[in-house]
Amino acid sequence: MEAGTATRRRPLARPEIVMRGLRPQQRGWLRWLTTTDHKKIAILYLFATFLFFILGGVEALIMRLQLAHSNNTLVSPETYNGLVTMHGTTMVFLFVVPVLAGFGNYLIPLMIGARDMAFPKLNALSFWLLLFGGIAFYASVFFEPPQAGWTMYPPLSDDAFTGGGGVDAWIFLIHLTGISSIVGAINFIATIHNMRARGMGWGRMPLFIWSILVYSYLLVAALPSVAAGVTMLLTDRHFGTGFFDPAAGGDPLLWQHLFWFFGHPEVYIMVLPVFGMISEILPVFARKPIFGYKAIAASTVAIAFLGMLVWAHHMFATPTPTVVLAFFMLSSFTIAVPTGIKIFNWLATLWRGQIVMKTPLYFAAALPALFTIGGISGVILAIFPVDWYLTDTYFVVAHFHYVLFGGSVFGLFGGLYYWFPKMSGRMMSEFLGKLSFWVMFVGFNTTFLVQHSMGLSGMPRRIYDYDDSLGVGVYNLISTIGAFILGIGVLVTVVNVLWSIKNGRRAGNDPWQGNTLEWFTSSPPPPNNFDVVPRIRSVEPMKDIRREVAAAAAAAETVAQPVAPRSL
Amino acid sequence: MPAGLPRRLLLAAFSLAALAILIAAPSAFADAFTPESGGSQNANDIDTLYKLTLYIGIVIFLLVWGVLIWSLVKYRARRDGHADQIRGNTPLEVGWTLGAASILVVLTVVTFLYLDDIENPPASGPNGLSADAAQFASVDQPDPPTSGGPILRLHVNGQQYIWRYDYPGKEQLFSYNKMVVPTDTTVVLEIESSDVIHSWWIPKFGPKADAVPGYVNETWFKVPAGREGIYRGQCAELCGPNHADMRAIVQAVKPDEFEQWAQRKRAQIKAAGEELAKTRKERQKAGGE
Repeated sequence: MEAGTATRRRPLARPEIVMRGLRPQQRGWLRWLTTTDHKKIAILYLFATFLFFILGGVEALIMRLQLAHSNNTLVSPETYNGLVTMHGTTMVFLFVVPVLAGFGNYLIPLMIGARDMAFPKLNALSFWLLLFGGIAFYASVFFEPPQAGWTMYPPLSDDAFTGGGGVDAWIFLIHLTGISSIVGAINFIATIHNMRARGMGWGRMPLFIWSILVYSYLLVAALPSVAAGVTMLLTDRHFGTGFFDPAAGGDPLLWQHLFWFFGHPEVYIMVLPVFGMISEILPVFARKPIFGYKAIAASTVAIAFLGMLVWAHHMFATPTPTVVLAFFMLSSFTIAVPTGIKIFNWLATLWRGQIVMKTPLYFAAALPALFTIGGISGVILAIFPVDWYLTDTYFVVAHFHYVLFGGSVFGLFGGLYYWFPKMSGRMMSEFLGKLSFWVMFVGFNTTFLVQHSMGLSGMPRRIYDYDDSLGVGVYNLISTIGAFILGIGVLVTVVNVLWSIKNGRRAGNDPWQGNTLEWFTSSPPPPNNFDVVPRIRSVEPMKDIRREVAAAAAAAETVAQPVAPRSL
Repeated sequence: MPAGLPRRLLLAAFSLAALAILIAAPSAFADAFTPESGGSQNANDIDTLYKLTLYIGIVIFLLVWGVLIWSLVKYRARRDGHADQIRGNTPLEVGWTLGAASILVVLTVVTFLYLDDIENPPASGPNGLSADAAQFASVDQPDPPTSGGPILRLHVNGQQYIWRYDYPGKEQLFSYNKMVVPTDTTVVLEIESSDVIHSWWIPKFGPKADAVPGYVNETWFKVPAGREGIYRGQCAELCGPNHADMRAIVQAVKPDEFEQWAQRKRAQIKAAGEELAKTRKERQKAGGE
């Protein structure tokens, strides 16, 4: 900024970080163990959660292999139920939710122009709680993995029907990752509320920040419910209570209410920040401002609010009065409106743009396409008389994979390709990126499109071997082949990451002509992120800066670069 | 990435495939895109309701994919290109908000139009179980529909990993695994569980109903006359390691055959009960002496 382009240095009203003394920096792996730098913690998050993603993916592939043809004896029914449980739990609690915490960790301070999170040590605690939650859970493979499904419905999950320690390991996982998420969420909320750059009012906050803020509030609101539920399950299992045991005056449906009161907001926890990501990516590659900024921010808040009112649509087949079912059908319908608004806004953002066809755009543009399919099947499932037929079938499996893989994971991969240059300082291979995209896109649709038909033909979920008389043998084979194509697609990205970390082209500060503040600093950013934080005048501060630089360059003959110095 | 050609080819291949599926769908694979039905009127209504929603969904799908693919092809960056710096358009945004909302209003209305027929059991038909089959009347049920024959009210109990069916009447009549029912007769199921949660489902009959311990759940079906035969399903809620083996079988037969079956079965159960009582008595005697 010495070139004096856009900003003037002014004394800050209050310091953001209070220094209480200087400790020597740790070296080697100790540096990673003891770090409180939000960027390092974020890398730890991303690394750990992608490992869990691979584990969960391998579990899925074993399941698909077992289902490739009927009368298969690859795994026993017990093992299959264990795989079902591990896959669901891993993907929800150890991948999608925490990987978003990882992206949030990296991007929040950089996007709002802060030097770190509000509570750096708490931030490190969140990560380590998550990791130990995952380890506690995966330790169960050495004795007895839980087998009651990721929803862990009692009485099946009660000690009378599922002994062993698997369910208890699962309970520990919920508590540890739950505390991790709540602590992280409080940190995000405090950071976003208090540490935004000068001039960044609510109306100039990047949409990713909007969505991660809503994600944080949702976590704080929803997690206590499942924490209470699993604690009750733990005391039911070991200390003689009977919260969920009808013989002791308890109620199995109480669990379902507690679980889904958390479980449905969880879906939005997993997808809203990804919506935020592509709301950042699409305008950058369309070379256009986001269409309807306020509508997208408002619909994020609306989806979160409505998302807390729809939980019982997971319970349409339970003995519940019709008027209750009707309420939950209508509340589920209403969510389609703000979701539809987002999709139309994204399409309008691309419309009449100058679309630069890079890998992040491929993944980001796939999200509205695939999520629309998941949204349509979601509306079909919300109609409770139709859900009486479809619930607990593969139609539901197809639906939530279109939402969580087609939506969340495709968006996440877009985010990975988009921010990898910032994190590593190097570009990823475009060839491998596009190859990975197309292989994943084909594999994903081959796997999951046909699962709609399986469900419609009457194929229930969570069964290790389907009778030939059901007539779903061909569907299952197609789906299995698709799953392996999808796996190869993911593998290509893994290879791309590993290759690019060493060999990628140097990225520079702003390889994509981004809009937001993280592109203002170097890649990777220095420990203090920014030496100077520009004053924010719009939603697209980097566009403003580029314009001013161009104007200044035209005025003076010296070319100024919006570069923060690499070191202090 | 080489420009133009491969991508265009890919696109063409995709649209051809999509078109092929759309053309082939109604004829060859109609069943692959709609629920099973035909075993009972509520299943047919669910099928219809599903299809109506699906048609609306297909229109929305084509709209979104159409605009998306169009934009990606048409507005690709060009050297002399210019991106319109549009930040929003209030009338347009209000328009699609109202559009989306009105589609949902339509869906709500349609659902409530069909709901009554799906949820509430109708009267039995004229060819159903005859009214003088008095042994099936039970005392503790709400008023039956005034027209038509009697409704058959069965008690269904889920247990790891089998279904038990109890028929009403003074003399005990029950069966495991296979439920025998008369055609053209409304069968109301009162579903319970004695251990974990199970879910009763015969796809061709439409709705599922979870069997939750501590609750009684209800559903119904009515197999039309002339549709006699075996209907199969399986437990739809994970209930333990042998969940996969928990099958449900319903055999629909003509009402007179049903009565014959019931008589035979009753006699068997009675004989078995007497046999059991006798052995028990003998054992007691043996134990007492």
